[in-house]
Amino acid sequence: MKVIVCVKQVPDTSGKVAVNPDGTLNRASMQTITNPDDMNAVEAALKLKDETGCKVVVVSMGPPPAMGMLRELLAMGADEGVLISGREFGGSDTYATSQIIAAGINHLGIEKDDIVMCGRQAIDGDTAQVGPQIAEKLHLPQVTYAAKIEKEGDTVTVQRMLEDGYMTVKVQTPCLITCIKELNEPRYMSVGGVYESFKKPIAVFDFNTLKDDPLIDLTTIGLKGSPTNIFKSFTPPPKGVGQMLEGADKATCEGLAETLAAKHII
Amino acid sequence: MAYNSMDLAAFKDVWVFCEQREGKLMPTDFELISEGRKLADELGVKLCGLLLGDNVEGLCKELAGYGADKIVLCESPLLKYYTTDAYAKVICDAIEELKPEVFLIGASTIGRDLGPRCAARLHTGLCADCTHLDVDVPKYLDFLRASSTLDIDSMKFDMEDRNLKMTRPAFGGHLMATIICPRFRPAMATVRPGVMRRAEFDQAKADAVEIVRPEVKLTAEDVHTEVVEVVKAAKKIVDLVGADFIVSVGRGISKNVEQGIKLAEDLAEALGGVVGGSRAVIDNGWLSADHQVGQTGKTVHPKVYIALGISGAIQHKAGMQDSECIIAVNTNESAPIFEIADYGICGDLFKVTPMLTEAIKAQKAKKQ
Repeated sequence: MKVIVCVKQVPDTSGKVAVNPDGTLNRASMQTITNPDDMNAVEAALKLKDETGCKVVVVSMGPPPAMGMLRELLAMGADEGVLISGREFGGSDTYATSQIIAAGINHLGIEKDDIVMCGRQAIDGDTAQVGPQIAEKLHLPQVTYAAKIEKEGDTVTVQRMLEDGYMTVKVQTPCLITCIKELNEPRYMSVGGVYESFKKPIAVFDFNTLKDDPLIDLTTIGLKGSPTNIFKSFTPPPKGVGQMLEGADKATCEGLAETLAAKHII
Repeated sequence: MAYNSMDLAAFKDVWVFCEQREGKLMPTDFELISEGRKLADELGVKLCGLLLGDNVEGLCKELAGYGADKIVLCESPLLKYYTTDAYAKVICDAIEELKPEVFLIGASTIGRDLGPRCAARLHTGLCADCTHLDVDVPKYLDFLRASSTLDIDSMKFDMEDRNLKMTRPAFGGHLMATIICPRFRPAMATVRPGVMRRAEFDQAKADAVEIVRPEVKLTAEDVHTEVVEVVKAAKKIVDLVGADFIVSVGRGISKNVEQGIKLAEDLAEALGGVVGGSRAVIDNGWLSADHQVGQTGKTVHPKVYIALGISGAIQHKAGMQDSECIIAVNTNESAPIFEIADYGICGDLFKVTPMLTEAIKAQKAKKQ
């Protein structure tokens, strides 16, 4: 049994976000982190490893610096890393990205009792689309928004969050699960783990590694293979100066509530 | 003939996925039907609601009343509860048969599970969590003039472009992007709940509803997940980071802590949000640490942040200044919080908060 965890290195948007004059993100000036939801997916995989002794493989698609992130995840306890990286993969939207990652997972091989885990969504794009799209490309059943995961034999029981509660869903392995932060508290790297991580393998899958997979076709990957394109990107106008409202009585409050409703804020 | 998502000319009509849970339509359905109506009119095509469930025909009229010309109705006992497999199969079958050019889905936790699965199967593009949609270029340019720093008049646009322009925030709202799906159909979007304006209900349209029932080819073998139970949460978990509405209290509640927190809770409940607190409130033990907003607490960017009796120390501002709308109530008119507030009220939170709660409740009641 193995758990394959899909992770992404993202700019840390909780700090200052720098935008270039042309409306694109100034990535060079920003710190990178492992996407927060993906950390919960890694922790869920490591918990399964603690319980069952299964293997945990962390897979990331991105430029070569993502290797450092994979090393950190190996230090947390993952066994192997895979970096999917290639010029041909650049500019992919979620559809094309899922084709490529699914091909990478095919290359690792999916067996009967394997699980693929992803974070719910990445904080740079916030799409939550790549997980389900990988599941579709791999023909795996999916359960998203997992807040609790229990595995018994080849049955996985997941508490799947809804806006107003949750659903308990049973699914057989192999399957794909996307994780949310309520699932767990990710562990830290240990000193021993950091030392061990340098003995663990990180493989690089490039276009040549994956090109024989039917999912890898230059018309379905990269910028050219992406069904969606950016038509325009822009920054919202700076916030206007705020206003002090007259008085502090009923009329003031009613006026404010009316303004909020008219602007569709409430 | 094989289904081909690149045969653009074969696709027409705008479809809206109408989500129901336990036989009840979601409020977003009406917002999307209303928005879909506008897009269908701009494209000169019909608007169809796509409704799946078990024994849900009774919901069709209501959807038509908000502007749908037709309801595509798919019923099966296997569609009673949402499962990705069953819903994706039935929807993809219907799309392959009837070929809509635009397909909108509410960006609920279910819509965001379903949308990408369908888009991947249909080989088309999907834009997540959109907050604005346009077809007509002049209308889109008006939107850009109001919502961007771009110099529109110095830019060239193809005024005849008929692609659906799907706009969404990225990087926590620091950047906006308009996405198109020019080579594939349907152009798909999940749409953020609460953003689109609901139209007036039209009884005549509701009575004139036309229902289409495509064949539902679904068997138990198609469904690989089993819904064991559906549980409604009694109380919302305090989730400051994901909250759209946060009402925070500060040192200003000190003269009656219990009452101050109660007032904040009432206001948060009226908004559908949660209560937070400044460092002073946490350090004094008035609220537990998971409520803390600020440099040592959580960084939040809700749609609305209401600061009650918070002076606005730099550490607090660091955790909330990126909120979309900030409202501050404070007795001290020179409190620094007013420098970053969109709306400031100089007054006593114990008097102002209940009035604000009532006013917001009244506005929300009007929208229902």
